[in-house]
Amino acid sequence: MATTKDTPAAREQGDKSAVKASDLAAATAKDGVLFDVRDLEVYFPIHEGFFKSMVSTEKKFVKAVDHISFQVMQGEILALVGESGCGKTTTGRTMLRLEEPTGGHILYKGLPVEKFTSSTLHAYRRKAQIIFQDPYNSINPKQTIFDIVAEPLEVNNVTSSEREKEDRVIKAISEAGLRPATEYLYRYPHELSGGQRQRVCIAGATVLEPDVIVADEPVASLDVSIRNDILKLMVEQKEKMGVTYIFITHDLSLAWAISDRIAVMYLGRIVEIGETLEVVSNPQHPYTRALISVIPVPDPLAKREHVILKGETPNPVDIPSGCRFHPRCPDAIDACKETDPPEKLIGGDHYAACLRIGE
Amino acid sequence: MSPKAKTKASEKKAKTDKKAVERIEHAGLLDVRELTTHFKLGAGDVKAVTKVSFVVEPGESLGLAGESGCGKTTAALSILKLLPENGRIVSGDVLFDGRNLAKRTEYGMSKIRWKEISIIFQGAMNALNPVQETGKQIAEPIQLHEGLSEKQAMVRVRELYDLVGVSQKRVMDVPHQLSGGMRQRAMIAMALACNPKLVIGDEPTTALDVMVQAQILDLIARLRKELHLSFILISHDLSVMAETCDKGVIMYAGEVVESGTTTNIFNNATHPYTRLLIKAFPNIHEKREMVSSIKGDPPNLINPPAGCGFCPRCDVRIASCATEHPELIEVEPGHFVRCVLARQGV
Ligand SMILES: Nc1ncnc2c1ncn2[C@@H]1O[C@H](COP(=O)(O)OP(=O)(O)OP(=O)(O)O)[C@@H](O)[C@H]1O
Ligand SMILES: Nc1ncnc2c1ncn2[C@@H]1O[C@H](COP(=O)(O)OP(=O)(O)OP(=O)(O)O)[C@@H](O)[C@H]1O
Ligand SMILES: [Mg+2]
Ligand SMILES: [Mg+2]
Repeated sequence: MATTKDTPAAREQGDKSAVKASDLAAATAKDGVLFDVRDLEVYFPIHEGFFKSMVSTEKKFVKAVDHISFQVMQGEILALVGESGCGKTTTGRTMLRLEEPTGGHILYKGLPVEKFTSSTLHAYRRKAQIIFQDPYNSINPKQTIFDIVAEPLEVNNVTSSEREKEDRVIKAISEAGLRPATEYLYRYPHELSGGQRQRVCIAGATVLEPDVIVADEPVASLDVSIRNDILKLMVEQKEKMGVTYIFITHDLSLAWAISDRIAVMYLGRIVEIGETLEVVSNPQHPYTRALISVIPVPDPLAKREHVILKGETPNPVDIPSGCRFHPRCPDAIDACKETDPPEKLIGGDHYAACLRIGE
Repeated sequence: MSPKAKTKASEKKAKTDKKAVERIEHAGLLDVRELTTHFKLGAGDVKAVTKVSFVVEPGESLGLAGESGCGKTTAALSILKLLPENGRIVSGDVLFDGRNLAKRTEYGMSKIRWKEISIIFQGAMNALNPVQETGKQIAEPIQLHEGLSEKQAMVRVRELYDLVGVSQKRVMDVPHQLSGGMRQRAMIAMALACNPKLVIGDEPTTALDVMVQAQILDLIARLRKELHLSFILISHDLSVMAETCDKGVIMYAGEVVESGTTTNIFNNATHPYTRLLIKAFPNIHEKREMVSSIKGDPPNLINPPAGCGFCPRCDVRIASCATEHPELIEVEPGHFVRCVLARQGV
């Protein structure tokens, strides 16, 4: 698990606005809003060579997340969708403060995450878990399944007896679909299939009974036959245990299959967000439309038109002027080169950021 | 033995073979008949491919699909005789343009690979040498097979970059300077380098973003038309096969369980496995329901079961399925299904 970055937290110890662990324990999700992300910015400085930094005075940044706002409702599955490099992982990691935001706010149950003291962060990380993008590198091959799943309990000192620890590990493993759990406890990761290993990651994330799990491409490396079980498991945990999921995926069809709402990201921005079925059946942003049009469909007779975008996502260091999507947009007009489009309300809680909406 | 030494050794033998060579009559450009390939392991032989048959016509694209481990890559490597040390073709024929590749010597195969049949290896775009210029890596087979100098081969590489839509300026880039999409285009360029008649793409779009996948599939379709290429597309993603292939083969545990045109397979799926597999992919154009998974695992290929390999996972099995191994049945012209129920017209 991640280590606490102490410096900024420590800095805030003396700060009056610092959020103490007791504040977090008392907080609730008002009106069902678990996360309120406001104008979040995560820039990574580029470390240029010595010579270059002498010549140019301008500091350059990777604008991984470039001012996004959205909410996550308690007990929902919110999908973050978009192409590689658009900022999905950075968004998820920053929400758990595994990355430091460079601007904006993340309110968790109304409390600003960036103001959490290190003890608050410690408590927070019990409530907010992550399933990392690459399961093969995120579990220790030398530990047994039992030890892997028990680790968060030990690190957080949550169980009072060996017995209790064992019970919780077994419960998490069997809820993750490895049944009977006792058959898996003393195996090593290499003695499991890819799907089973992914279940171990899920068990490790759920053993602390968190409120929210950021699942970063949890099924990307899995075969269909196994993939669906993992997706089902997420839905089941949402429904039975009220776990909120932030489901990160580049595959819009998987997002469609299980999420309540979808946020489509492009180059550090959310270009469209809304209820899943509404966004997929009534996409308003040309990028969303293109993404939907290229999803392969298991029907050779369905000859649909593909909107294949030219080129690739630009580098997040030099973001295009105006609407950042304009160089690849099939519908761009002159104004798109100059004006960064604001979010427009389409209806309900469906928003999209495109100048040409409503023309 | 190094590949070069191997070639030398078989050279003599090939010369004596030559007289005996005559054109074999067969269907299509590639006619794979009852191909059977095993791997030797301490625990026994892995029966990775069992009696697999299919035909690829000139200019046609055929999809090979099925779960991980069902034998797709092994079938492709058998066609090109690029199996690892412990693998061997046990029986069957690989008839290609009048010759039986299954019976061909290593030297004979070296004349076929790249020049007549090429392959985009599974994961190849991530297996490129990280410190060598990508263009030079692509030039290697051209130098080897066309007997060109590096300089001449690089001219060809530049043309190929144009063809696959990568800027010529990028030929001297090392792999990590290229995006995933560009690297995969470069791998396609490499496969096309010696003007083959047939290209095998082993999961060429897996691990790419949907938009990049769409670009690559579009590129393959365009090249097929322009160059009148035949293509075998190996993919575990059935939707990709549905959209890009003329014909399809569904494999399960080393065997063909269903084959036919993609319309046969998707619009008249008959094998219970094919049906479940199709249902396992979300289709955003239909009503949303929780996608189902296929319970259980494929059988052990060292000791495959006596009956139907899919029986333990099948939702419509009957008593005899556990003991009787079903044959492929032609349920409509060109549409084959390996299921006892197919005979009764389910
Ligand atoms: N620690 C870091 N330092 C510098 N740049 C970073 C860092 N982490 C991410 N980036 C850059 O920020 C951008 C967004 O990355 P991120 O990993 O969030 O994308 P993603 O949407 O999760 O992509 P993928 O689908 O490939 O996982 C990328 O350009 C990436 O290279
Ligand atoms: N060198 C080898 N030695 C022993 N068994 C092998 C070897 N290579 C492959 N196999 C086995 O042969 C079977 C078929 O493997 P193959 O790689 O052809 O599957 P595949 O359909 O390409 O799967 P994937 O979708 O995962 O690429 C598998 O059971 C695999 O474990
Ligand atoms: Mg990511
Ligand atoms: Mg394979």
